[in-house]
Amino acid sequence: MSQIATPDLTSAAPAEPADNPVAGIDQTSGNFSYDVKYALDAGTGLSERTVEYISSVKKEAPWIREFRLNALKQFEAKPLPTHWATSDLENINFDKIRYYLASGQKPKRTWEEVPDDIKRTFERLGVPEQERKFLAGVEAQFDSEAAYSNIKEAVSKQGVIFLNSTEALREHPEIFRKWFGKVIPTGDNKFSALNSAVFSGGSFIYVPPGVKVSHPLQAYFRINAENFGQFERTLIIVDEGAEVTYMEGCTAPKFSTSTLHSAVVELVALKGAKIQYITVQNWAPNVFNLVTKRGLAHEEAEIKWIDCNIGSRLTMKYPGVVLKGRKSRGEVISIALANDGQHQDTGAKMIHAADETTSNIVAKSISVGQGRSTYRGVVHIPKRLKGCKNNTECDALLINTNSRTDTYPAITVRGAANRVQHEASVSKVSEEQIFYMRQRGLTEGQAMSLSVNGFINDLARQFPMEYSVELKRLIDLEMEGSVG
Amino acid sequence: MSAATALSPATAFPAASALGALTAERFERALAESAGAPAWWLERKRGAYERFAVLPAPRRTDESWRFSSLAGLGLPAAPAAPEPGGAASPLAGVHLAASLRFVNNRLAPGGGLPADLAARGVILTTLAEAARHHPDLLKAHFMAQPQRLGSEKFAALHTAFALDGAFLYLPRGVELADPILLVHAASGGEVFPHTLVVAEENTRATVIDYFTGSAPLALGANDLYAGHGSQLTYVAVQDWSPGTLSFQLNSTVVRRDARVQSLNVHLGARQARHESLSQLQAPGAFSEMLAVTVADRAQEFDQRTLQVHQAPNTKSDLLYKNVLLDEAKTIFSGLIIVDPDAQKTDAYQSNRNLVLGDGAEANSLPGLEIQANDVRCTHGATTSRLDPEQEFYLQARGIPPPRARQLLIFAFFEEVLNRLAHEDLHAALRELIQAKIKA
Repeated sequence: MSQIATPDLTSAAPAEPADNPVAGIDQTSGNFSYDVKYALDAGTGLSERTVEYISSVKKEAPWIREFRLNALKQFEAKPLPTHWATSDLENINFDKIRYYLASGQKPKRTWEEVPDDIKRTFERLGVPEQERKFLAGVEAQFDSEAAYSNIKEAVSKQGVIFLNSTEALREHPEIFRKWFGKVIPTGDNKFSALNSAVFSGGSFIYVPPGVKVSHPLQAYFRINAENFGQFERTLIIVDEGAEVTYMEGCTAPKFSTSTLHSAVVELVALKGAKIQYITVQNWAPNVFNLVTKRGLAHEEAEIKWIDCNIGSRLTMKYPGVVLKGRKSRGEVISIALANDGQHQDTGAKMIHAADETTSNIVAKSISVGQGRSTYRGVVHIPKRLKGCKNNTECDALLINTNSRTDTYPAITVRGAANRVQHEASVSKVSEEQIFYMRQRGLTEGQAMSLSVNGFINDLARQFPMEYSVELKRLIDLEMEGSVG
Repeated sequence: MSAATALSPATAFPAASALGALTAERFERALAESAGAPAWWLERKRGAYERFAVLPAPRRTDESWRFSSLAGLGLPAAPAAPEPGGAASPLAGVHLAASLRFVNNRLAPGGGLPADLAARGVILTTLAEAARHHPDLLKAHFMAQPQRLGSEKFAALHTAFALDGAFLYLPRGVELADPILLVHAASGGEVFPHTLVVAEENTRATVIDYFTGSAPLALGANDLYAGHGSQLTYVAVQDWSPGTLSFQLNSTVVRRDARVQSLNVHLGARQARHESLSQLQAPGAFSEMLAVTVADRAQEFDQRTLQVHQAPNTKSDLLYKNVLLDEAKTIFSGLIIVDPDAQKTDAYQSNRNLVLGDGAEANSLPGLEIQANDVRCTHGATTSRLDPEQEFYLQARGIPPPRARQLLIFAFFEEVLNRLAHEDLHAALRELIQAKIKA
């Protein structure tokens, strides 16, 4: 950003925004698909056979198989939530989706063991070589199974368990079974039920008491087959007084027909624990991204979701925190960017369930062209609680004359000893700002891009450096062609 | 649902409830009371009753009924405790231009329009009279606006049963300095109060609806049409007895450069739903929507609002304040819609809840749907108790705690009441509100 903010006044303005030297995920390089041999393929459509097939391929314990079959029943029984959600959901053809696909490989332990064609995919994705040196672990999910996972020695020596869901349930049921499906019950919503029936991949993490994981744990996801839904399942348990930061970023190739991504992410922060969960979502514009994310915060614990949605056709995602323990704290920082043909229906849920719990929601959205961004939120403070506080701020920026934004919060407060405030605003890019920057030699596109980056700057700064760089790059790309 | 079974509202509400009691036979009897009315008017009522019977009752999954106590709609009707019909002359001290008084859906003797106003072309009469003598005006404006807030079924019921009701017509250029008061009283039976105000170009008036007395069901509607350059102030005081199930459905149409200020004071009823739709239809239109609610015991106040900006350069400003005592419950669900191309919209929406009862519940759903980019739209919702620092400040100056609390609650409402330009009216409303808080 700084290189544009202080332009050399003697030279002509560059025709295009300068290439970012610290390349993050380049969106244009996500538009490809490699021919991969799908050794284990459950076919299309969903039935008990599909679920049993997935369970048997994964050699799962009988209780998991039962869990899946029960979830399938709940999925089938639940209607689409179109009484409040967009009717675009009706365009999902559940019979044409592949629910399970894996190359049948055991997850790889070292980079050298990763097959060459998969390595090439990661190079195109822009998983930078040097990042591996800094990041504690890279859990790179290729289709359903983790194709590459590596935890740096230092982290595993701390006793941190970082596995994919299949391995974790097989190797450490004593740790993960207790919380699996407890924060987000199977029947929470239609899509959590779907995920519970066909989940595959995702990260299971356990951080022992008092351990502060020094490096963020990271995972990349992508979809690589037409009509293939990805249903990863993530469960992070952080024991008393421990701390962890988890990051996930997504990019996916473009496909001609719709595809479905429906994850379930459960976080458990025990007494005094801290979890920060960072997502940068950039699915291809034909993906339905319907994700359920919720954390359970025990006494004095802290859960923070940092959520950035740039891609997909329709995203519905409302990260939540159940504030179960006294003095626990929940936070959602949300950025959404909706371009033509996109609907970012995002928000937050804060369920206060103990005294002196506090929550904070800051959501900023940008609608470009015919894009639509929606904030939907729930803040709930039940009876007999004291000293609970919530603060919610939603700001929407509309770029073009026919861009659209909606805000639908629902706030319930019972009792006389709590305090809640909600504010929302809608605005457009200031013409004066654009004029000022154009006077100083920036093109309209650059000025717009700077202005939009300025709008989200206070939130983007909360992202780790490489993510905020990616974010800036993505916004530059999205703003190209949005003016004039 | 077959047509035969559909025509009994008992399928939707228990027969013993206030709504379930309004059977097809009851409707036929009510229709007989309108004998002599023009055929089109009776036909409209028949059609409305059929719609009421066929339309589905609110369901738990209806977004427009979220948080509402649906069970409350089907509760047995409160025993009809005949009351004298409320205070003899509410809002004493306010000098009036004219007044009408309705008791149990019928115009009571007394009141009416002074001759000088009638001479200037002002019409103040009953719906039934208007249907006979001003059919074109009534056809154009009576229940003519869309029901967009969830009560289509109840609006149909209102159309079917509304009898006399008030019709006020202000011809071009008429300005009234003093308010017109419309009292709607009940003494034990269901009531369907109606107020229709049609204000032509460059008119100015203040209209007050005052609801008082005891009814198992009070299902009212008030429609305001503010023509080019007109200025309307509308005040509704809802003071039904504690057993009443109340609905009040409002629609306001604001034309070019017109300005409407409406203030709803909610005090009474067991469960009260208020829907208010403002349509800003031409440049320069401005709608100011205000409400104050004092909710105590187990009262439920369910307020649904919609500000629709249909043209460029329009403005709306909403401020709804609730005080919740005891186990009371309030719902504020507000939506601002900015249509595509309604550029330069300036819309504001604010809901403030002051929760003083440990068992009270405040629900707030402030919403926006914006489809134009050159707009200024903000909303805010807060729910909190009294500010302990302010309480301390007053106590430090020797004011006893209960009195300090009272003062702070009064001050909370003054922000809304201060928006009224009419000082006597302001004072009278303040008295009413403070009386309930003190009680």
